[in-house]
Amino acid sequence: MVAGAQTHRLANGGVIDRSTSLSFRFDGKTLLGFQGDTLASALVANGVKLVGRSFKYHRPRGVLTAGSEEPNALVELRSGARREPNTKATTAELYEGLEAASQNRWPSLNFDVMSVNQLFAPIFVAGFYYKTFMWPAKFWEAIYEPAIRRAAGLGRAAGVSDPDHYDKAWAHCDVVIAGSGPAGLAAALAAGRSGARVILCEEDFVLGGRLLADGGAIDGLPAAEWVARAVAELTALPDVRIMTRTTLFGVYDGGTYGAIERVNDHVPVPPEHQVRQRLWRIVAKRCVVAAGAIERPIVFAGNDTPGVMMASAMRCYINRYAAAPARRIALFTNNEDGWRTAETAIAAGLQVAAVIDARPDVSPAHRSLASKGGFPVLHGSVSAVDGGKTGVRKISVALTGGARAEVEADGLAVSGGWNPAVGLTSYHRGRPKWRDDIAAFVPDGAPPGMVAAGAANGAFGLGACLREGFEAGAAAARDAGRGGNIGSMPVADDEAFSLTPLWHVAGKGKAFVDQQHDVTASDVELAQREGFQSVEHLKRYTTLGMATDQGKTSNVAGLAIMAAVSGKSIPETGTTIYRPPYVPVAIGAFAGHHRDENFHATRLTPSHHWAAEQGAVFVDTGLWKRAQWYPHAGEKDWLESVTREVKAVRSGVGFCDVSTLGKIDVHGPDAGAFLDRVYINAFSSLAVGKARYGLMLREDGIVYDDGTTSRLAEDHYFLTTTTAKAGLVMQHLEFCRQVLFPELDVQLTSVSDQWAQFSIAGPSARKLLQQIVDESEDLSNEGFPFMGAREVKLRGGLKARLFRISFSGEMAFEISVPARYGEAMARNLMIAGKPFGVTPYGTEALGVMRIEKGHVAGPELNGTTTAGDLGLGKMMSTKKHFIGRVMAGREALTAPNRQVVVGIKPTDKARRLRSGAHIIPKGETPGPDNDQGYVTSVCFSPVLDQWIGLGLVERGRERIGEIVRAHDPLRSEDYDVELCNSVFYDPDGGRQRG
Amino acid sequence: MRIICPFCGERELGEFTYLGDAKPQRPAADAGEDAVYDYVYLRDNIAGVMSEHWYHGGGCRAWLKVTRNTLTHEISAVEPTAGAGAAKVGA
Repeated sequence: MVAGAQTHRLANGGVIDRSTSLSFRFDGKTLLGFQGDTLASALVANGVKLVGRSFKYHRPRGVLTAGSEEPNALVELRSGARREPNTKATTAELYEGLEAASQNRWPSLNFDVMSVNQLFAPIFVAGFYYKTFMWPAKFWEAIYEPAIRRAAGLGRAAGVSDPDHYDKAWAHCDVVIAGSGPAGLAAALAAGRSGARVILCEEDFVLGGRLLADGGAIDGLPAAEWVARAVAELTALPDVRIMTRTTLFGVYDGGTYGAIERVNDHVPVPPEHQVRQRLWRIVAKRCVVAAGAIERPIVFAGNDTPGVMMASAMRCYINRYAAAPARRIALFTNNEDGWRTAETAIAAGLQVAAVIDARPDVSPAHRSLASKGGFPVLHGSVSAVDGGKTGVRKISVALTGGARAEVEADGLAVSGGWNPAVGLTSYHRGRPKWRDDIAAFVPDGAPPGMVAAGAANGAFGLGACLREGFEAGAAAARDAGRGGNIGSMPVADDEAFSLTPLWHVAGKGKAFVDQQHDVTASDVELAQREGFQSVEHLKRYTTLGMATDQGKTSNVAGLAIMAAVSGKSIPETGTTIYRPPYVPVAIGAFAGHHRDENFHATRLTPSHHWAAEQGAVFVDTGLWKRAQWYPHAGEKDWLESVTREVKAVRSGVGFCDVSTLGKIDVHGPDAGAFLDRVYINAFSSLAVGKARYGLMLREDGIVYDDGTTSRLAEDHYFLTTTTAKAGLVMQHLEFCRQVLFPELDVQLTSVSDQWAQFSIAGPSARKLLQQIVDESEDLSNEGFPFMGAREVKLRGGLKARLFRISFSGEMAFEISVPARYGEAMARNLMIAGKPFGVTPYGTEALGVMRIEKGHVAGPELNGTTTAGDLGLGKMMSTKKHFIGRVMAGREALTAPNRQVVVGIKPTDKARRLRSGAHIIPKGETPGPDNDQGYVTSVCFSPVLDQWIGLGLVERGRERIGEIVRAHDPLRSEDYDVELCNSVFYDPDGGRQRG
Repeated sequence: MRIICPFCGERELGEFTYLGDAKPQRPAADAGEDAVYDYVYLRDNIAGVMSEHWYHGGGCRAWLKVTRNTLTHEISAVEPTAGAGAAKVGA
């Protein structure tokens, strides 16, 4: 194996396990790293400088940061279905066998054809897409966009279904803490000791935050020891939960926080029965944001050359990973903190080429460091970087006073100061405020229950971080009602922090503000000149801060440059609105297990398993799976099966599971009065033991739902709804009961899931039922007439509810048994019905028979029809008040030319009628002016031996017998149909009463 | 968002269904078309504190009157509607 030699790994130090060597592949090349590395640190340790090509210009790019703010080092991680584009190498944990590929280059990272884009750079300015590809308009989709998409962009999606599982979970606590640096750990200690239930979220896989890179002394201990002690104490507390690899990414109303836990991103494939990621919704009384700060770049020509790195990141690679980003390091800083990188480099035995400090003065301590280290301190700014894909070679410095200097180095550390991570605190449209002393935005308030502490609040000293964190943790616990002893506060010294703001060094060559979206300082200036004065416009016109890093390293510098060219201050210029998520979250995590067959819940009818045994074909109706038809061997298509089922019912007997109907028990002395108000027809007058069809309107007079309601006792009705509206009708009736008519003494109970209900229909229905119900029950036409409803005893003693109602037009019953007996009922009906040729039928046959009978259903109850439209206007009682009555009387809802339900059949009996066809008068041109309605429901009628349908047609009932055109432009069909009575079968209803 | 149901305690938004402004009162049965029209269609677009109807369909099925600030989503009060909850004893 030709593995990389880790040429840039330091001999000592680092929070890495040198005894566990990990082999990984980057762009096909095998390299080695250690347990504890990130992909970025392992690349650094192997001396890899070039890790990707930039988005627009395909410029060579290296690693800029060591955290989740990284704009450049994005890779495609893994391969095949698990390939994940735009993964930050700086946060991707190294594992044995890791595979990563650089992005946005072709054919290879070293030789990238599209880097010619750099030669055309003058045209790739801000707004270039808008300006360049405007004309001709039709070229956009066909030519420009595909070409741009190929040339620009980030990684490639896997393109196939994700084989891994994602989970969603809830957690509840008193205090949730974002970040485990000094402020976060101190907050957790204070809150945890007080007895609060604490969740500490850390996006890294190791706790400690900046302490891992910068060390320091806390309570007289080296930082690493203090962290270990603090973590041990927290782990021992029963109500403290530490979640590593977990980023708190958003805050929502009422103290709900979103967090993404990368459960198994650090292994090649999640172990069996484990998820890759888990989306947490954490409900917390208080939140302490100890998310730290992000070091910001200084914008100068060539600042994107591989080898230019944030000063803090360089310290992190050296101290935490024992990986040297360069051997001879130059430092460009405008603040005291940047000097720590020079100290770190010297301590690690690396050379410091020079420190370029933009401030007029440098502290005596640093002067003596420079003289001891033998490197010059140059007062001025970096004006250019000489280098390329192999890294930095030489740095040009514009000295204060005008002279120039050159520094030879293979790495340049840059520190422009620190920006507190104000994302979380600003997510409820909070606007951070500017602090001149640190030249940075800090939180100005926060969503209710949230407070920022430490560097996230602009307190950059270690002592201040511990203090603020501890106090915030204690206060949060107190606010949550926890009053235990918080013990003593961890103590450390505060470092000096002095900074002279410097955002942009004027010079020749491209100076990048947003490296991920290739936005330069001159783009920002151009946008300002072209009139994009608002920062929100600047953002959208230049795309500054709109990439996957959301401008974590670039936004403030962009604002500052904008402010400078517009002559305004930075606070006057303001920030764009902050929105979650703080880091990219996979859509798969939001979906969780709700994908494929688990996209939504599935409801099975009580007889489902029996129907499946029969070979039923199922159809999804809402959440339900319903038997659509039961194919027999030898039947050539669904139509043959359905026709057989219909004929069997009309000539013998069949049954169908109708349990999906909504069922509501209505109890109470005022039950009848209540139903009178919600239905257009009267129910208080319904005799006990009788059923009645009811229609309810919305308050605006349009039909809402229909169904059969039976009176089982003086104060007990049993109401059914359509399948689709079961939940909504319950909600509506509860609204009527609780809000509109609280004076009525009535209670509602949803019993949809409690009863299995079967329709038993056909001339032999009674004979079949007599085999099922107890012999003592009188089912004769006299003893149990049409629209009868009562409780009956079944053979064996089970109580059931029996209704003599008919949707099919045949003599029919519906029987309800407790749901757990549903399957047994289906089996019994098959056995008992054998002598009568019983046939189970599905929803298709149900639909055919209801169309033959002219019953309206979903396609006619479509949210635009009135009772009159449906031919049910006479049901509207004039003797009582009911919901929708007043609005139903409006002129337009009672107009004589409304489209009403009518029967439709093609004049050519062999012709198939299709729903959706428009009704046009004979001799008229099809079009909106002559459109008189449309076909709503169709079926092949075995009784009439032709296709028939129902439609909504203007004045339809007055036009029976008229021949009109069915015009179907979707299917390019146009044929003659006859308008006819909507009741095709047994119009006087003798069969259902017989 | 979280709503403290007077019957069930604090519950998550997903258990509730929003209806709208709780202020409009349904006109009496003999009210004219204009009054009913106003009740059915006319709604204030309130920026600030609003009394709203919410349905706890994922819990006790009570209709609730929730006082919420539409600008901040802060919920300052949750009350049962007149007919929510216990059966009318001795009514």
